[in-house]
Amino acid sequence: MNRTSLLALQILVAVVAIALWHVLTKYPVCGLSYFGAEKDCATILPPFFFSTPLDVASRIVRWFVEGTIWKHLWITLVEAMLAFVVGSLAGVLIGFWFARKPMINAVFDPYVKMLNALPRVVLAPIFALWFGLGIASKVALGVTLVFFIVFFNVYQGVKEVSPTVLANARMLGMSERQLMRHVYWPSALSWMFSSLHTSVGFAVVGAVVGEYLGSAAGLGYIIQQAEGVFDVAGVFAGMFVLAVFVIAIDMIVTLIEKRLLVWRPVAAMDTR
Amino acid sequence: MAAGSSAPAVGTVTPAVSLSDVQVSFRLADDTTYTAVQRATLDVADGEFVAIVGPTGCGKSTLLNVAAGLIAPSNGTSMIFGSPLTGLNRQAGYLFQAEALFPWKTATENVAIGLEIAGTPKTQARERAQQWLTRVGIGGFGDRYPHMLSGGQRKRVGLVQVLIRDPKILLMDEPFGPLDAQTRQIMGNLLLDLWSADRKAVLFVTHDLEEAIALSDRVVIMSAGPAARIIGNWTVPLARPRDIAEVKLERAFHELHREIWEALKDEVMKGYQQTGGG
Repeated sequence: MNRTSLLALQILVAVVAIALWHVLTKYPVCGLSYFGAEKDCATILPPFFFSTPLDVASRIVRWFVEGTIWKHLWITLVEAMLAFVVGSLAGVLIGFWFARKPMINAVFDPYVKMLNALPRVVLAPIFALWFGLGIASKVALGVTLVFFIVFFNVYQGVKEVSPTVLANARMLGMSERQLMRHVYWPSALSWMFSSLHTSVGFAVVGAVVGEYLGSAAGLGYIIQQAEGVFDVAGVFAGMFVLAVFVIAIDMIVTLIEKRLLVWRPVAAMDTR
Repeated sequence: MAAGSSAPAVGTVTPAVSLSDVQVSFRLADDTTYTAVQRATLDVADGEFVAIVGPTGCGKSTLLNVAAGLIAPSNGTSMIFGSPLTGLNRQAGYLFQAEALFPWKTATENVAIGLEIAGTPKTQARERAQQWLTRVGIGGFGDRYPHMLSGGQRKRVGLVQVLIRDPKILLMDEPFGPLDAQTRQIMGNLLLDLWSADRKAVLFVTHDLEEAIALSDRVVIMSAGPAARIIGNWTVPLARPRDIAEVKLERAFHELHREIWEALKDEVMKGYQQTGGG
């Protein structure tokens, strides 16, 4: 299948879904009785609970025309990027350290597993207490998500260097430091980059969930505010903006990945 | 080098590689000991091309790894140009059977790295690498990554990656094993060409008897494992320079092949039974 027809099919899915949503929330059907409705005629999906595509679209347009959305997008972007950078740096350094020092790894292994198994949502209130309701608590939440993904990948990358490549490097005369630079480091980075989509995605999740649970700005805040007043159109509009935001970031990640991993066979690149 | 100074004693020539009574045992997971190689004694003279042939799983590669210093023998000694080998064999270049190139480096970078880590300036190392790649006929592929090269091209890169450092000893572990028949023949001739330009001591492990005879000065046969021993030693009476395809048509080749095969075939059958193959 070529690119154009694939794109056409992808758009078709969206069009059908939105058209269905529009029809079900706009056109009344008679003879229905539910939710204690007293009228005989009602739409199958009540707009109060499901809003309508037109309402959601006009809400989004209004946000962008009035310009209120930009501040929230910016805040979420900053939080996600900070979470990604801090979490990745910590993950790379500690992952490398653990992989090269089996003793350290053996001692900390159960604790790493414990912390990783913890649902991060329960940490959000604690971070809010520690770091306040501003950006810092959201970044902290994102870091706990990003860190473990990068950590495990870098650890794996160092551990799974092909023994033949390693033996070859030694026979070519590499010292421990040169092995680090020419073998372990590129291998670890390639594993980290292959999980770039996941870790960037989780950075955004951390930011939005943090905002949702307590903040004064960001996409999560918008959605939470709208839910608070049963403004379903606002909730859907927020979700839609968030979805487009995530896709845009994912596309940028794909571009970066293509540049950084030119040496990789194409089949191995798609590890999502 | 200490190894060089002790070399030219009157009457005897110090061998490049000298393994005596080498035994290699591994401890297995269930605490039993597995002996891969037993009492192997083997000398490779400077400039000599020696092939080790044996059935699958007989420990040929283990013996090669002992000579490389990648495995320490449990018993016996290995001497390199008269000095006992401790740690890695710095005089040797090793061509592996499996993919050993750095996948994140281009062909040129892969070849140049051996010089770069020894302190040669980058541009100079890259230039030399380019010359070597041209010499083995892949000068136009320097900026490709290993996965963009064919199996034969990757072997060429691997070969010059080792040769650019000008090692005194060349250790080769079934280097052309994964290649198709034609490419193997071309690679064999290429190897002989490069080798005849400056004769290094070569220890070449293969399971292919024809390849061994066609390439080498001497063929060493190992018995089936475990506890494989060296069971035979034949000098190859074929003149050099050789062409691998043509040399296989010569009468001397066939006679030697028959003779060695007589000794080898029982071991091959044993090897198959033990590994459950066949």
